Amino acid sequence: MHIPDGFLANDVAVACAIPAIGAVGYGLRRAEVDLDDRRVPLLGVTAAFVFAAQMLNFPVAGGTSGHFLGAALAAILLGPWLACLVLAVVLFVQAFVFADGGVTALGAAVFNMGVIGGVLVGGLMLAVRKTLPTSRGALLGVAAGGAWLAVMAGAAACSLELAISGTVPLATVLPAMLAVHAIIGAGEAVITVAAVSAVLATRPDLIHGPAPAPAAAILTNPAVS
Amino acid sequence: MRKRISIRLFTILAVAVAVGLATAVSPYASSSPDGLEKVAGDKAFLEQGTLHAVQEQSPVPDYAVPGVDDPRVATGLAGFAGTLGVFALGFGIATVARGGQLRAG
Repeated sequence: MHIPDGFLANDVAVACAIPAIGAVGYGLRRAEVDLDDRRVPLLGVTAAFVFAAQMLNFPVAGGTSGHFLGAALAAILLGPWLACLVLAVVLFVQAFVFADGGVTALGAAVFNMGVIGGVLVGGLMLAVRKTLPTSRGALLGVAAGGAWLAVMAGAAACSLELAISGTVPLATVLPAMLAVHAIIGAGEAVITVAAVSAVLATRPDLIHGPAPAPAAAILTNPAVS
Repeated sequence: MRKRISIRLFTILAVAVAVGLATAVSPYASSSPDGLEKVAGDKAFLEQGTLHAVQEQSPVPDYAVPGVDDPRVATGLAGFAGTLGVFALGFGIATVARGGQLRAG
């Protein structure tokens, strides 16, 4: 879902860049609160995993491929704002080193693939934590459902931006984007659940949240390494 | 109760998984257009896409290290270097944003 330059009108690109810059800037300011000693390497680890997994295009129907986006996973591990920062780092490197995704469209890419999913899944985490008893099942449910929704919401936003730019009518692009991303979102859900499960099995305390993290409270003893 | 692994070991394992995937699996990833590219092609706006001037000088355009004949090796090398580079950048930004200084270990 990397929008190249030329797809978006300049005013649309700017309108998307403003919330993207705001979210990433807020993520940087939140770093002092959200990043304890354990999460400093975790931000690098998450960015590296998202970058690597984004290279792994898997085939979906009809000569199309999809790839992991990663905002849901990043939000579960680091919270919504640092998730925006992680996706911004990945998309910046992709645009400037690998010529993948536009430069003027970079703000829109961060918005669609980072901010929307990060805030959505961060909000879901908060809602589930407030309403359900903390459990591994609830967390993995948020991981699966949140990942799918993040991809769909990003695809819808991308469609809307293309339509407002006058590139393609909304009635043409929105159904097509949602149809293909409904399948890609299932892949996103599988990878997100697998990655969260791997973290739960090794360092459940790394799941983001005001202590105690939901799974950590159940799966581990309070000993801190 | 499972014994937790140290953060150092977690970091090393996770980066190793990421580097392994980007190096060894990415050369075999699907080369079909992704969702947006496919829709852009079907709905006839793909050709509106342009490459920004700074991207003409991209060091590793399209995830293939230039000058490597075997396309799979070129992609694997791009994945290897890119993943380590993104890790270093993320780690560095996190360290600086937290108000600490970059320090070894």
